[in-house]
Amino acid sequence: MRIEWLLAVRFLKEGRAQSFFMLGGVTMGVGVIVFLTSLITGLQRSIIEKTLGTQAHVVMRSPDDEARRIIKPDSTLSVSANIERRAQRLSSILQWQQIMRELEKRPEVTAVSPLVAGPSFAIRGNATKSVALMGIDQEKYTRIVPMASFMKEGEFRISANDAAVGTDLARELGVTLGDKIRLQTADGRSETITVAGIFDVGIRDLNRRWVFITLRSAQNLLDLVGGVSSIDVTVRDLFKAEVIGAQLAQQTGLTAESWMKTNAQLMVGLKSQSASSYMIQFFVIISVAFGITSVLVVSVIQKSREVGILRAMGCSRRRIRHIFLLQGGVVGLIGSLLGCGLGALLVTFFASTARNPDGTPIFPVVLEPGMFLIAAAVATVTGILAAAAPAVRAAKLDPVVAIRNV
Amino acid sequence: MSTIIQLADVRKQYGNDGVTTEVLHGINLTLQQGEFSALIGPSGSGKSTLLNIIGLLEQPTSGVIRVSGRDTGTLPDEELTKLRGRSIGFVFQFHHLIPAFSALENVMMPLMLEAGRPTPLQRERAAALLTRVGLADRLSFKPAKLSGGQQQRVAIARALAANPPLILADEPTGNLDTAAADEIFKLLFEVNQESGTTFLIVTHDPRLAKRCRRVIELVDGQIVA
Repeated sequence: MRIEWLLAVRFLKEGRAQSFFMLGGVTMGVGVIVFLTSLITGLQRSIIEKTLGTQAHVVMRSPDDEARRIIKPDSTLSVSANIERRAQRLSSILQWQQIMRELEKRPEVTAVSPLVAGPSFAIRGNATKSVALMGIDQEKYTRIVPMASFMKEGEFRISANDAAVGTDLARELGVTLGDKIRLQTADGRSETITVAGIFDVGIRDLNRRWVFITLRSAQNLLDLVGGVSSIDVTVRDLFKAEVIGAQLAQQTGLTAESWMKTNAQLMVGLKSQSASSYMIQFFVIISVAFGITSVLVVSVIQKSREVGILRAMGCSRRRIRHIFLLQGGVVGLIGSLLGCGLGALLVTFFASTARNPDGTPIFPVVLEPGMFLIAAAVATVTGILAAAAPAVRAAKLDPVVAIRNV
Repeated sequence: MSTIIQLADVRKQYGNDGVTTEVLHGINLTLQQGEFSALIGPSGSGKSTLLNIIGLLEQPTSGVIRVSGRDTGTLPDEELTKLRGRSIGFVFQFHHLIPAFSALENVMMPLMLEAGRPTPLQRERAAALLTRVGLADRLSFKPAKLSGGQQQRVAIARALAANPPLILADEPTGNLDTAAADEIFKLLFEVNQESGTTFLIVTHDPRLAKRCRRVIELVDGQIVA
């Protein structure tokens, strides 16, 4: 062991009460940081998982139809600038198959699925409900939204006759598996489907409105033969959805809407939550640093005689400085290890008490090695930085004064 | 006989708020290898200041200090510290051992500081020195568990550890009863005889001063004898 380490460790061991208080401070601080980070990461992950469970990361659509002003360049006529916006009719994406192939080639894209979505009525007997038709390619769509995992009854099997509806729509229309529903659009096109599966995606509005049918049926009903209204995309890193979406839009000429834009409020909420958590962590670190500094300042005064003797025996100022910096670092490192343990215990305990009525945890416990490494590194660096002022002070001690005064 | 340390016209002033007081007035002093000298003088005569200057712990206001022929006036702090570690051993009145370390580790300290880390060889040397000062059975004792005389013996062993050519002792027996003081003084004298280490001992005790081969008397910041 190098002499600086030996001296630092012995000084810490000698001042047991002081070391205990410093360690206690760091342990509590790191414990709070680990607990907060884990709690917030878990909660956010859970919210995002729930939100994205039924959504694509990026939805590509045709750009809106815009009314263009047609004026001859050499016209001397003054024209009213008041142009009414066009009503947006359901339109297909041009060359959608080719665009899909291009999207599938991109390494950051994990799944691509075509969708024909539009309004319709679901009719059974006297009951008529407004629904959203979801014309899909089953194999491709289930890679975007894992519908199989949401099934309450039957299975997610979409074919020429078979369709899937939500629990609320099934209840409102009074249908069970095998029952038939007539789907009718505003322009009078209709088709009859058989309920092959009933799903519950956890969002009531979707359970009431979504009706999954084949791509072809939807194309027929919505008068979009051979076309699709949108292309759903999932990406590898969901927090890059916005950036990737913009790139895809540029590449294809379509509009791209990321989940971050669709859930802008949620993103603001998550960001404010993270910001407030960082703020708390910052102040915890600062107070831990002040704690270490104040204890070490006292320690330097108490150890000034030893410092003086060491200096008389040929110990350089640099080495004295290192001895005190190391003390801060050692306290930071050991305190952070204890704090990681404390934080992990706290969050596990908290997660075990916060449960849904069905006994499942409200949020998953997220204890990643990276978080512990960062916490340990931050605490160690904080310890060293906090020790800087006392260390400089110790190195400046005049050996004659230090030896004489004590 | 070679010259260990040489002071030429060394002056030391302390100043505060424009008022300066000269404590040492042009000291000329040479210590030869193997000398066993006492530095005596009344309180306030500047003994401690002179000892600190010889020990390179304090810089003189003017004058030249040569250690083994090397002028120390131009050396930077780091070099001065190194030179001090290698050339000078200290024995203080209150022994000033480091409480967190055992007797053996305290003796090893100057060697560890020089080498940067403890080694088995240092351990052997420290154990041999402690045996030499009669503390073979106290190697692992912390200073607090040793008597005043024993602590001073450890301090002497520590001063000898790096085998410096000069040992400065500031009233090494000042805090001990007569019997213990005699023993410590005898030990210093024996070490001087055995290893040829130069000793400069500050003492108030005329009885002990008489037993030194050379007596340097300092009165009002000047050497009078």
